[in-house]
Amino acid sequence: MSAISQRRMRPRFDVNGWLFVGPALALIATFMIFPVLHSLWMSFQTGLGMRLSFGGMKNIHRLFNDPLFFTALKNTFIFFLVQVPVMLTLALITASLLNNPDLKFRGLMRTAIFLPCVTSLVAYTVLFKSMFVANGLVNTVLINLGIVDTGIPWMTDPFWCRTMIIIAITWRWTGYNMIFYLAAMQNIDRSVYEAARIDGVPTWARFLHLTVPMLKPVILFTTVTSTIGTLQLFDEVATITGGGSAGGAAGPGNSALTLSLYIYNLTFKFAPNFGYAATVSYVIVILVAILSFLQFFAARERKA
Amino acid sequence: MTSYGLKQRFSSVVVYAFLGVMAFLSIFPFLWMVIGATNTTSDIIKGKMSFGESLLLNATTFFTQVNAPLIFWNSAKITIIATVLTLLISSLAGYGFEIFASRFREKLYTLMLLTLMIPFAALMIPLFMLMGKLGLINTHIAVVLPTVASAFIIFYFRQSTKAFPHELRDAARVDGLKEWQIFFLIYMPVMRSTYAAAFIIVFMTVWNSYLWPLVVLQSNDTKTITLVISSLGSAYYPDYGAVMIGTVLATIPTLFVFFAMQRQFVEGMLGSVK
Repeated sequence: MSAISQRRMRPRFDVNGWLFVGPALALIATFMIFPVLHSLWMSFQTGLGMRLSFGGMKNIHRLFNDPLFFTALKNTFIFFLVQVPVMLTLALITASLLNNPDLKFRGLMRTAIFLPCVTSLVAYTVLFKSMFVANGLVNTVLINLGIVDTGIPWMTDPFWCRTMIIIAITWRWTGYNMIFYLAAMQNIDRSVYEAARIDGVPTWARFLHLTVPMLKPVILFTTVTSTIGTLQLFDEVATITGGGSAGGAAGPGNSALTLSLYIYNLTFKFAPNFGYAATVSYVIVILVAILSFLQFFAARERKA
Repeated sequence: MTSYGLKQRFSSVVVYAFLGVMAFLSIFPFLWMVIGATNTTSDIIKGKMSFGESLLLNATTFFTQVNAPLIFWNSAKITIIATVLTLLISSLAGYGFEIFASRFREKLYTLMLLTLMIPFAALMIPLFMLMGKLGLINTHIAVVLPTVASAFIIFYFRQSTKAFPHELRDAARVDGLKEWQIFFLIYMPVMRSTYAAAFIIVFMTVWNSYLWPLVVLQSNDTKTITLVISSLGSAYYPDYGAVMIGTVLATIPTLFVFFAMQRQFVEGMLGSVK
C-alpha cells in the first residue's frame, strides 16, 4: 500500500473505530465503572437507607468485629477451595476422554454432559433440593446401595448442606468448562500424542505432561472465571436456604451464608445499610483481584 | 500381545463406564423433573421414580397460583430484547477493537477486560440507586440496560474476528463499500456460527438471570419465570409438584435454543479458541 493511500485512510479508520466501540464503552462506563466507583465511595459512608453520611473507617472497624461477615467469608472460601478444583479436574478428564475420535457415542455423551448448563441456577437448585430431602431419592438410593445405613442429614447438618451445594454446582458447571477444554484440544496436533504413545508414554503421563501444559491458557481462563463465579455465589444458596425470600438463618448454622447473600440481606432484608453492604462487597472485589493475580502468577511461573 | 490387548480392552471399558456415568448423572435431573411433574409432592419427597397421574393437578395448582402467560411474556420480552442488543453492540465493539487501530485501543481493551472481575454485588446497590433516580424500578428496561454491554461477549467477538479473512474486507473496500456496510453485509453473514454461539450464551444468561431481576423487579406483574420459581421453590415446604411444572416450562425455551443451534454453537466455540 502506498504512503499516500495510507495517510488518506488512517484518520477515517479512527473515526470508524470509535463509532464501533463507542456504544459498548459508554454502556460499560455507565453501568460498570461508575457504579463500582460509587460503591467504593459508599463503603466509607454510614447511615440507614438513602440518608448516608461520611463515616471514615467506621465500616471497616465494624467489618472486623462482625461474626456474620466472618461466617460468610469462611463459607465462600470453603465453596471456592473445594468446588473449583474438583469441577475443573473432572471437566479436564472428561474432555480428554471425549477427545478420542474413535470413541462411540461421542457426540451424544458430549451433549449429555453439556446439557446441565441450559438450566437456570434457580430451577436446578429446586430440583436438587427435592432430590436431597430427608427421606427422598438420594438417601433412598444410598441406603439401598448399602453406602450408608441411615439417611444423610443434607438439610440440617452444616457439613452435608455445604456438600450438597458443592455437588449441585459441580453438576451445573462441569460440562460448561469441558466445552472450553474440548475446543482447545481440537487445536493440539494429534501426531504429538501418537509419537508419545509409540514411545511408550503411559496414558496418565500423556495427560499430565502433554495435555495439561498445552491447555494452560484455557485452564487459566476457566480457573479465573470459575473463581469469580464461586466468590459471587448467590442464586443456589439463596434458593436452597430460602435466604432470598424469607428471614432467618441461611441453612443450618448459617452454613450456606455466602458473601453475596450477606450483602443482599444487608441491603434488602435487614435495616437497609447501603454503606456497610458496599464495604462487604469490596471484600469480594479485593479477593477476586488477589486470587486472579495469584493464578496468573502461578501460570507464568511454571512456564519458565 | 494378548496381555496388551486385554489391557486395552480393560481401559476402554473404564473409559466408557466413566463417561456413561457422567452422561447419566448429567441427564438424570431432567428425567427427575419430568417425572416429578406427574407426581404429587408427597410422592416426590419420597423419591418416587415412576410416572404418576398428578400432571393435571400440578398444572392446575401452578396456573392458579401464577399468572403464567404474563410471567412468560415478561421473561421472553426481556430475553429477546437483551439478547439482540447485546449481540449487536458487543459484536460491533469486538470487531472495532480488532480491526481499527488507535492510540488508546489496547489500554481501553485491557480496562474493559478488567470489568470482568467486578463482582455483581459491588454494582448492585449503586445500580439500584441509579435506576431509582431514573425512575426505572419495576421496569424491564432496568433489567436489560446493565446486561447489554458484556465484556465477555466483546472479548469473544474480538477473538473470533481474528479468523475473519481480511481478503474479504479488502475486496469489499475496493468495491467501495463503507465500513458499516462491510460489517452488516459481509462480517455478520460470514460470522454466523460465532453469532449463534454468542446467542446461546447470552440467551441462557438473560433467561436464567436471578439476582438483578430480584432486586429491581418488585411488583408481581413485572416478575420473570425465574423469580416465580424461586419464590415457589424456596419455601420451607414447597409444593414440589407445582414447582416442577414451572421448572419444566422454564427449561423448554433454553433446551429448544440449545438443540436448534447446537451445531453452530460447537463451530463458534472452536473458532474462538483458535
